Amino acid sequence: MPGRLSVSLTTGLGLRFLRCGREALLVEVDGLEAALALYVALRAADLPGVIDLVPAARTVLIQLDPAVTTPTQVEKATAGLRIDGSGRAGVGTVEIPVRYDGPDLAEVAERTGLTPDEVIALHTGAQWTVAFAGFAPGFGYLTGGDPRLDVPRRSSPRTRIPAGSVGLAGRFSGVYPNDSPGGWQLIGSTTERMWDLDRAEPALLVPGVKVIFKAVDR
Amino acid sequence: MTLTVLRTGPMTVLKDHGRPGHAGQGVAQSGAVDRSAYARANALVGNAPGAAVLECTLGGLRVRVEEPATIVLTGTDAVLVVDGVRTAVEEVVRVPAGAEVTVTMPRRGLRSYLAVRGGFDVPPVLGSRSTDQIAGVGPPRPAPGDILPIGPPPTGEALAGSAPEETGGPFEIDLGPRDDWFTAEAVEMLLGAEFTVSPASNSVGLRLDGPALARSRTDELPSEGVVRGSIQVPPDGHPIVFQADHPVTGGYPVIAVLTPAAADRAAQARPGSKIRFAIAPD
Repeated sequence: MPGRLSVSLTTGLGLRFLRCGREALLVEVDGLEAALALYVALRAADLPGVIDLVPAARTVLIQLDPAVTTPTQVEKATAGLRIDGSGRAGVGTVEIPVRYDGPDLAEVAERTGLTPDEVIALHTGAQWTVAFAGFAPGFGYLTGGDPRLDVPRRSSPRTRIPAGSVGLAGRFSGVYPNDSPGGWQLIGSTTERMWDLDRAEPALLVPGVKVIFKAVDR
Repeated sequence: MTLTVLRTGPMTVLKDHGRPGHAGQGVAQSGAVDRSAYARANALVGNAPGAAVLECTLGGLRVRVEEPATIVLTGTDAVLVVDGVRTAVEEVVRVPAGAEVTVTMPRRGLRSYLAVRGGFDVPPVLGSRSTDQIAGVGPPRPAPGDILPIGPPPTGEALAGSAPEETGGPFEIDLGPRDDWFTAEAVEMLLGAEFTVSPASNSVGLRLDGPALARSRTDELPSEGVVRGSIQVPPDGHPIVFQADHPVTGGYPVIAVLTPAAADRAAQARPGSKIRFAIAPD
């Protein structure tokens, strides 16, 4: 019995609806851009009974209140959404000051065949976008960087990475919100707080937000 | 009005309905592991549905009630002992000021819910008084000597309710979202075999020992959102049933999802107990 319920072609994103129990629906699309566009459209639509949305690399999980709606109703409403990515504007741009003195900067340069200064120039030259959150509260996976900054995770993760460390892994960049273990290649650090429970929205980086890194001396 | 914690037993945490709506910030819903027992505890003392309670794993909790209070314990066959006097299972008890109340060790079930009329009134974090130990969000774990504030008595009347009939049958599931990542034999095995709850289980996940479930494809699944009750299968083939404190996303395919009622039963499954799965009727 397949979990696949149906295929929607109405939006051009090729939404595939996957059954996910009685209180959710998993929607699969073709990639990061489409997942983010769908997430933004779903947020804007504010469908009745939808209590949370989990965007990821090529899916959006829609969590629902079964007292209010059903997976079938949410599927119909989602298939009828206009998803053009226009909702992405207006969620803001965050500038993050970075001191590029990370312990892996030299290794990243070596692996990419660039100089450390070129790595910094590419990292600060891109407009990044928060694609999704995960790993820890306030950790945003940033996409849209230069394809040359594609480095594998460290073969052996560090047991403790200080909060504010700026890392690269695959085509993603990210900033560690709290002291934690982790395997990303660290190229710098920031004093900007990624997670602050005293803010109305504690996470600085939420899906859709644009990020510019700026090199600073301290 | 307050309650003083004297002893916590192996694991006591504050829980409520959890904090849905923050997955975009990397924060999961969390909340009570057995939602129906949690809801029943509040209903029995007349609390509003979202009030905070103490979730006590395997008994051992001892508290002193500083003012007269109405309390109840649900979820297991553990009972409250009030100043040395045993009460009945899920009996609503009116206790005098200064009474010492102990939660006994359950023989059946794992997680008991202690509700006080008025609810525990600690400051909420992102709209919830649940402790999410994985994300490090929410009130700290109560420790001996802690004084927990109780909210004003609710206007609602206490509702009668009884524990659901114990069903010894299989845990009901819906296949998907990634059952097509597994061999037909793996799906048959999930529905036919008996699994044993591993001692390595916790409020994040119930780890199951039993036959390994083989995948039909070996490529890597990009991480995706998961729900309570998801049966995730890591490369070793041994399933993990996600419970309330599961991470926002998971990196391994989910072969099936428990119904909400089955997820509540899973919350009470003790290490060593045997469980089976069956497809839920529509």
